[in-house]
Amino acid sequence: MARFIARRLASMVLVLFAVSVLTFLIFNVIPNGDPAVRMAGKQPTEQQIEAIRKEWGFDKNIVVQYGTTMKKLFTGDMVSYFTQLSVTKEIWKGLPRTLSLAIGAAIIWMLFGVALGLYSAMRAGGISDRLLTVLALIGISMPVFWIGALMNQYLGFELSNKLGFELFPNGGYVEFTDNPFEWFRHLILPWFALAILFIGVYSRVLRSNILDTVNEDFVRTARAKGLSERQVLLKHVLRNSLIPVVTLWGLDFAVVIGGGAILTETVFNLQGVGQYAADAIGQLDVPPILAVTMFGAFFVVFFNTVVDIVYAALDPRIRLESGETAT
Amino acid sequence: MSAPLLSVRDLKVDFRTEDGVVHAVDNVSFDVAPGEVVAVVGESGSGKSVTAMTLMGLTRSPNAEISGQATLGDIDLIRASDEQMRSVRAERLAMIFQDPMTSLNPVYRVGDQIVEVLRAHREIEKEEAHDRAVELLRLVGIPAPAERARAYPHEFSGGMRQRAMIAMALALEPEILIADEPTTALDVTIQAQILRLLKKFNEERDLAVILITHDLGVVADIADRVLVMYGGRVIENGTLDQIFYDPQHPYTWGLLGSVMRLDRPRAARLAQIKGQPPSLLNPPQGCHFRPRCPHEFGKCQEVPGLEARSGESGHLDRCWLNPEQKRNLRVMESGEIGLEAPAA
Repeated sequence: MARFIARRLASMVLVLFAVSVLTFLIFNVIPNGDPAVRMAGKQPTEQQIEAIRKEWGFDKNIVVQYGTTMKKLFTGDMVSYFTQLSVTKEIWKGLPRTLSLAIGAAIIWMLFGVALGLYSAMRAGGISDRLLTVLALIGISMPVFWIGALMNQYLGFELSNKLGFELFPNGGYVEFTDNPFEWFRHLILPWFALAILFIGVYSRVLRSNILDTVNEDFVRTARAKGLSERQVLLKHVLRNSLIPVVTLWGLDFAVVIGGGAILTETVFNLQGVGQYAADAIGQLDVPPILAVTMFGAFFVVFFNTVVDIVYAALDPRIRLESGETAT
Repeated sequence: MSAPLLSVRDLKVDFRTEDGVVHAVDNVSFDVAPGEVVAVVGESGSGKSVTAMTLMGLTRSPNAEISGQATLGDIDLIRASDEQMRSVRAERLAMIFQDPMTSLNPVYRVGDQIVEVLRAHREIEKEEAHDRAVELLRLVGIPAPAERARAYPHEFSGGMRQRAMIAMALALEPEILIADEPTTALDVTIQAQILRLLKKFNEERDLAVILITHDLGVVADIADRVLVMYGGRVIENGTLDQIFYDPQHPYTWGLLGSVMRLDRPRAARLAQIKGQPPSLLNPPQGCHFRPRCPHEFGKCQEVPGLEARSGESGHLDRCWLNPEQKRNLRVMESGEIGLEAPAA
């Protein structure tokens, strides 16, 4: 297992390098024209452009350019030429907000997805199963900007007016370290708005996995051993059905952090990394977009690796397939 | 004969499907004495496996209609509650399956899967259960059992997995082991090892075995008694010698005649039974073998009962022909019994 992890981590570094090169090429080399001009924003002076060209090394060869870009990215001296703010600092500021949103939503969608999927599978073909199928489809079909806006309007705004106090605040964010309760209260609506889609998907995936696994020979063996139906279901059926779902979970979590939360953050004004990216895109502010793209890509690659390792821990056969003898 | 350990009477299993009702098992009756090896033979779809799974309570479902009796000691396996069945399984009646490749859960260590069965039925500490699991693996002939107990099923060969399945099945020292085609998925050399292992436990521990198979070679190796099933019914029930040397039912003749044998002059073609096995959705009236039987006559429209007709005690069959006719009609080819001479 240790060797497996080491190999995975090594290949992660390679992929990250490739991703960084690609991102650099996409932003600075492939588009036509002078990258310094694109970065400088609207109506820059000749001096400004010249300064940016020097700073980023756009007058040097491509390898130097790549090196400079990476250095700026990791040392934190990348600046937006619109706001004059440090891009790295802004991302660090938004990160706890994005993480709070993603982690909470991921827990919610996993819990609800598993509970509903399990329930659906146990009642397969019945009325409650069909009802859940329809609900899941509705959940999957509702765009987050729409459901988020509805939540804001009815649960945030109108409910508060009716009750005379704010049960759910209308957007905004409070640091966990400032007030955990307020942090929680501000995040409930965004969590569910983001999670609804995934709850629908996960309950469907788990349901079909369970219905496949139930017919496996080892489940019959488990029954023949005289285990209780509960043990058969949880230890044998659910345990094996969850493996692909856990994989999906890691990947979706990474995607949400790496940009998937843009809409949710914007609708609820959470000021996370996603909203930062959305604002930058709105202004065609290149350095933040470049940085957030790298940041998102890194998260996706990193969680891919984590998922691989977790998958190997959950399913011992994977370790063998990668040329590893089990310990 | 001592009192039977398991007594099955008039077992019927019907499954409702979209196409109609499948009569998978039709009036099956037989006994298993303590320490006896009973082989159940018949082609695919003859109801062997369904009979066995029903005894384990594994065919219970809203679509299944099960009637009859199956008494094991003081319990009727057909009427027992699910909770009662749970305590019978592995404890008194254990089962191993055809495909050892898929019968073990791939994500748990082999030892832990044996520990699981011990702890489901006994108040026993984990460590003690683990030691017992290792001991069981040693007993079924797995080398270095302490290490192998920590391995996962995919690190075992097919034969090793079947051994592990047997260890699991024998963990609680059941009275009866049902082996559903335990060697079908294995290499011939491994088959012999597994059979020898089953025979060993049968002899050393007086374990009764219900061996389901379509391989008559396997039957000849270890069975005491043979049930021949066809179209959901037991059509003949006798001792090994009675079935092999004095078979009463034409289907049994055909079955014996179609065995490939190396010690017999090579026929142009292997003898076969003409026609198709009956559809259990819509079985033929009367004797199920009637449409394929060259000796059918008017009476075969009625279902023959499973009775002693040959004159020997304990040898039952479902064929209307009288013993005299049977002895004359079966084909004897170089000392071997068959239904019809193989086509040239």
